[in-house]
Amino acid sequence: MLAQFLQFLFSGMTVGATYALAALGFTLIYNASNVINFAQGEFIMLGGMLAVFFAQAGLPLPVALMLAILVPAIVGVVLEKLAIEPVKGAETVTLIIITIGASLVIRGLIQVWLGKGTHSLPAFSGDVPIEILGATLMPQSLWVLGVTALVVVALWYFFSRTLHGKAMLATSFNRLAAELVGINTSWVLFMSFAMSAALGAIGGILVTPITLTSYDVGIMLGLKGFVAAVVGGLGNGLGAVLGGLLVGILEAMGAGYISSAYKDAIPFVLILFMLFFMPRGLFGGKSTDRV
Amino acid sequence: MKKNAYVGLYIVIAILLVLPFVLPNSFYVDLAIRMAINAVIVLGLNLLIGFAGQISMGHAGFLGIGAYASAVLPTHFGWHPLLAMGAGAVATGLLAALVARPIFKLKGHYLAMATLGLGIIINIVLRTEAALTGGPDGMPVPALGLLGFELSSDKHWYWVVALLLSVSVWASLNLIDSPFGRALRALHGSEVASQVAGVDVVRYKVSIFVISAVFASLMGSVTAHYVGFVTPNFADFFHSIELVTMVVIGGMASVYGSLVGAVLLTALPQALATFEGWETVAFGTILMICMIFMPRGLVPTLAAKFGKGA
Repeated sequence: MLAQFLQFLFSGMTVGATYALAALGFTLIYNASNVINFAQGEFIMLGGMLAVFFAQAGLPLPVALMLAILVPAIVGVVLEKLAIEPVKGAETVTLIIITIGASLVIRGLIQVWLGKGTHSLPAFSGDVPIEILGATLMPQSLWVLGVTALVVVALWYFFSRTLHGKAMLATSFNRLAAELVGINTSWVLFMSFAMSAALGAIGGILVTPITLTSYDVGIMLGLKGFVAAVVGGLGNGLGAVLGGLLVGILEAMGAGYISSAYKDAIPFVLILFMLFFMPRGLFGGKSTDRV
Repeated sequence: MKKNAYVGLYIVIAILLVLPFVLPNSFYVDLAIRMAINAVIVLGLNLLIGFAGQISMGHAGFLGIGAYASAVLPTHFGWHPLLAMGAGAVATGLLAALVARPIFKLKGHYLAMATLGLGIIINIVLRTEAALTGGPDGMPVPALGLLGFELSSDKHWYWVVALLLSVSVWASLNLIDSPFGRALRALHGSEVASQVAGVDVVRYKVSIFVISAVFASLMGSVTAHYVGFVTPNFADFFHSIELVTMVVIGGMASVYGSLVGAVLLTALPQALATFEGWETVAFGTILMICMIFMPRGLVPTLAAKFGKGA
């Protein structure tokens, strides 16, 4: 009983960490620009696919992984410059379609370039499972959780201790005021796309040895990351992380105890309940909708 | 009512009457039928998105309910197809009414997320209940008979769909110009102001959501019978996005924009098929370019340029 529960908990936390990174990405961009970036899932996909590609091309793993984070970050910046900045202040639905257009372009290019196949990466430190109270934990899960924790700490440090981070926070609270005190808000927008793309890519790379990747995994991962962001209270960083873990754990528990066929439906049932009964998410979130 | 609004309706009817005689072959007749079906769905969706200002990113789910009602009820339970179609519409209407109240407390991104979630859940149910629905492979749909006359050839279907489209355009024009339509436009402008002016905001939002969902369900049934086969792709996320895109690219709050959007985006995949493998890239690029340069949509942008009301 306990072993089974732990098993579901471990696998839930592992995917949940990926959702958390995606949710952080949504949060960063939403705070900086009020845009929900529907291409966020594609950054996750890009991270995994590019890591596979660069590794197979013979680059040493650390270099391949760095490139697989860097390239999506550049893609994010290009997306922001070419498609988001020109339409400042457009209607929500217009922005949604632009980012969906972008996700189609990214997915299509990867499909043309790398094909429709499913790929995997070798686990970073072997496949010998660790036994804990009868449940097994793959070393790769520790990588996922460890790096996610590291990223969260790094982000916290960035936002609370550095000038750049504080400038980004200020912009998310009040753009005009931030501009008045001399913050370059278009730089902030630029940075938030780069960072959120990199976060997504990191999640995609880490989880590839466990869940495999292909050109079309971005949609579901992105949508679940979005669910996580909303569950945590859209715009709330800590909420995004806890939302991600919660969505991952509930999904794994639902798959294990209720029905594995409806695994993918669980986050969406969760989001409907959340929105109906706690529309501001678990952690409040700042009031950004003009009611 | 602006006079030229009805001029547009006559032009639409004229085009629909002439079209079958100038289309070179059955490929184009088929394309025209698909365009008209999409146009009816998009008209309904535009009432919701364009006029009332409420996003639905799960409309393909409603389409799927209609389509599968038409497939499952006659096949497994021996229902008459028309009865099945009606049952699908009623079920969709009830579901939409049930979720509408909590959903419409939400706005903007939250509303998008809730409708999206609903659509995805419907799709997953259709995909999973394989014993009834055939699972991911889909299932055949029995032919639709009307008074002992079986709708089979593309020509028959063309006239049925053309009639449906003409009636829908006429109904949309009237609806928009009615007190109901004025209330919708008011609440798009400012919910608070319309509430102060005595508009029952929630009731209107719920009704327009139910109406557009039922529209979609009925047209889902029509598509299912016309194609003769349903798959869960009818109800997937991407199809919902296509429908929203038709609304936005044609022009929000523009009846003729809906027609243009439906026609263009139904034709686009056909046109792009020659790009072998690059279709997705081309489709995405076109979406982005349209939205960046014409965020209000084609018809309103062009109408503003040439100084005519849309």
